[in-house]
Amino acid sequence: MTHDPSSNARAFAPPAERFDVVVVGAGPAGCAEAIAAARAGATTLLVDENPVPPTHLGLDVPLRYGGRFDASALRGERLIEAMVLADPALAGAFDAGVDVRLGTAVWGGWIPGVALRAVPGRMLGLVAAGRSSLVGFDRLVVATGARDLVLGFDGVDLSGVVGAHGLHALVTRYRAFAGRRVVVVGGGALAEATVALVREQGLELVEHLRSPDDWVPLRAEGGVDRLVVARGDERRTIECDTVCVAIGSVPVIDLPAVLGCALTFDDARGGHVPVLDAGGETSVAGVRVVGDAAGTTADDRADWMRALLATGGATPPACLCEDVSRAAFVGVHPPRYLGHGPAGQTPIGAHPDHLKRLTRAGMGACQGRRCREQLALLLELEGNEAVPLAAYRIPIRPVPLNVLAAADEEPEALADNWHVWFDIPSMWTRPTP
Amino acid sequence: MNGATVVVVGGGVTGLSAAWWLAQDGVDVLVLDRGVVGWEASGRNGGGCTHIQSPLFAEEQRLWPTMDERLGHPTEWRPHRIRISLGDEDLAIEAALVAAGREIGRECTVLDGPAIRELVPIAGDDAHRGVFTDFGGHANPQRTAQAYAWALARLGGRIEQHCAVTGFDVAGGRVVAVLTERGRLGCDAVVLAAGPHTATLAAMLGVTVPLAAARNEILATEALEPMRHGGVDGNGLYGRQTLRGNLVYGGGPHEWLGDAPHHPNPTSPLIRSIAGRLAALFPRAAHAQVIRSWSGTVETTPDGRPVLDRLNDPANLTVATMSSVGFGLSPASGHAIAELVMHGECRFADLGALRLSRFGNLPADWRARRGWVEPELAAA
Repeated sequence: MTHDPSSNARAFAPPAERFDVVVVGAGPAGCAEAIAAARAGATTLLVDENPVPPTHLGLDVPLRYGGRFDASALRGERLIEAMVLADPALAGAFDAGVDVRLGTAVWGGWIPGVALRAVPGRMLGLVAAGRSSLVGFDRLVVATGARDLVLGFDGVDLSGVVGAHGLHALVTRYRAFAGRRVVVVGGGALAEATVALVREQGLELVEHLRSPDDWVPLRAEGGVDRLVVARGDERRTIECDTVCVAIGSVPVIDLPAVLGCALTFDDARGGHVPVLDAGGETSVAGVRVVGDAAGTTADDRADWMRALLATGGATPPACLCEDVSRAAFVGVHPPRYLGHGPAGQTPIGAHPDHLKRLTRAGMGACQGRRCREQLALLLELEGNEAVPLAAYRIPIRPVPLNVLAAADEEPEALADNWHVWFDIPSMWTRPTP
Repeated sequence: MNGATVVVVGGGVTGLSAAWWLAQDGVDVLVLDRGVVGWEASGRNGGGCTHIQSPLFAEEQRLWPTMDERLGHPTEWRPHRIRISLGDEDLAIEAALVAAGREIGRECTVLDGPAIRELVPIAGDDAHRGVFTDFGGHANPQRTAQAYAWALARLGGRIEQHCAVTGFDVAGGRVVAVLTERGRLGCDAVVLAAGPHTATLAAMLGVTVPLAAARNEILATEALEPMRHGGVDGNGLYGRQTLRGNLVYGGGPHEWLGDAPHHPNPTSPLIRSIAGRLAALFPRAAHAQVIRSWSGTVETTPDGRPVLDRLNDPANLTVATMSSVGFGLSPASGHAIAELVMHGECRFADLGALRLSRFGNLPADWRARRGWVEPELAAA
């Protein structure tokens, strides 16, 4: 059959590295999977993005660190050895012969299939120490855990408003938490664990706001220096330097999503989660999801959203990166760079992917981590049922242009046949009538 | 749901613009889309508005500066293009731009390295030659697609989303009704402007439209300081800096798709090459974080040129495919389609070269002969 050299049919070389099993995420679930795979004789790679690069800390990727860290967090490489020493499971993985790579994030993944055929096998995109690479695999275990659910109030974008997972990481992994006086918001097990962490670390638990029916955050002020809370028409001010949002956890499903694994919405598992069989396998053969990434627990996030709306109204930010208020999002206002302008007309249907294009909500450098769930909740509370999941896109971590680019020269097959658009010369010449 | 005088199948920019032009003439028009308006390639392209190869070039250039006002919503259109050469690969394009500009009384300015770096501060030291066009431009595809839809609705035009067409009723050599998932819609005329699905729909009417579908990829960076002119191309890439400040660029190989493509628009490791070329084109922005990428499905005819044609049989059928270059031309293509529907010919531009009949002798296996077929699947 004729080959079109301007197409991608032979554009990609197989990755230089290949493993029988790749495990993403070196928490307890990921370590156990990697050790079991290696003991069964599989060549096994275990990657974990922690410690994350300084730019990601600043962007709240993957957790809501809220800027409440000191300069030592920016020297993450110093932590790698300490992380290994502190975690017996990681040491066990080394002992079992697992290739363990910390500070290594996954930014993409591909399974040759109906939608994407030209990739030469199953691959992941990795990034570590300012270089990206591709690695092949037969089987994949996604153990990426959970991230923070962030619901807004005025001042939520200030340094010092952190998530429970972000606080935990700053305190225990980075030992770089720059706060002392903490208000914990949330009533479930996550909040209880956060309260326990604050106490055992010798930090001051200034107050624990447990219920959306009681005092709820209205406005963080200063840098943060205080939190104004509301209960009905009552107001009072709490002096603190950190507000920790511990309302719920969100399974990190970005990798299964971009691989094309079927997803479903399940309140009892923390939102959108992969469809799994009894063995934890996704709809894509050979791809399993384990641990918190497979599902967390039910929480009362909708009640909190309702309470925060009732007290804070429509003006607090819904999207922090792009400075889109709740009102601007649900009202489909043009974005800030167009001068906000008059209220738009609502497009038919309430798909977050449609609304984000018009309002910019969810389009910022944090890749929607700080607003995705809040945007969906706002649409739900506007009366939309079964709000679809806003699409996850590769790269699933922000990666600089010059890092995402392959370090090697562009392959000859690609460079020699590169066209801006299709190689159809008559496409670009004026036809004679 | 009632029928309409004109039913437009396909709610991309081409179909929406055609419907909007028809509605401006007071025509009762209905747009059907199997999904959501502007969702496919219409909302997933580079936003360029500079198509010197098209018979509709002059109309494209006439209309874009007026579109915000005409539509009543911002399209984010901004004038001018800058093309940067890192080598000598673009000299032929430069000459073509100069010639096309003169047709409409506009000039191009040749730029040397310092002039480029003054206009494009993120360009590097190897940007040694460039051209600045006193025409052309770029706009926001998503906002424009929605603007067409809102403007159409304001004129009384109707849009039915999530309403796939399942067939047609033909009587006396004319399409008398469009059959959909939600019922039969009587009509006096039909426009097929359904992108890659145009061929399948036309086949239901016994009309062969030779099309091959493909997927192209594009990436976006975080927002950077906005430059004076966002429409800067070069190094094998097309794209723009958006008004928000993101660099949005694509280029390079496409993946040919099979019939009736429908998928979630994934991207491939190709984005590494796009990133590398973009970092080389704009070395002073090489640190910018890539925060997303996406793909879009487009269709092309064998010669890469549009079909804009009012057929003889069925006599009230107008076929519109833009062969993968549809967004920027949409103000003009919609105007032309409205002319074809209402007058049987386009009175402002000669579209004779875009008739479907030019493909009369095409062999049935033309795609395979060119290798315009989906790649073999790698072993899983």
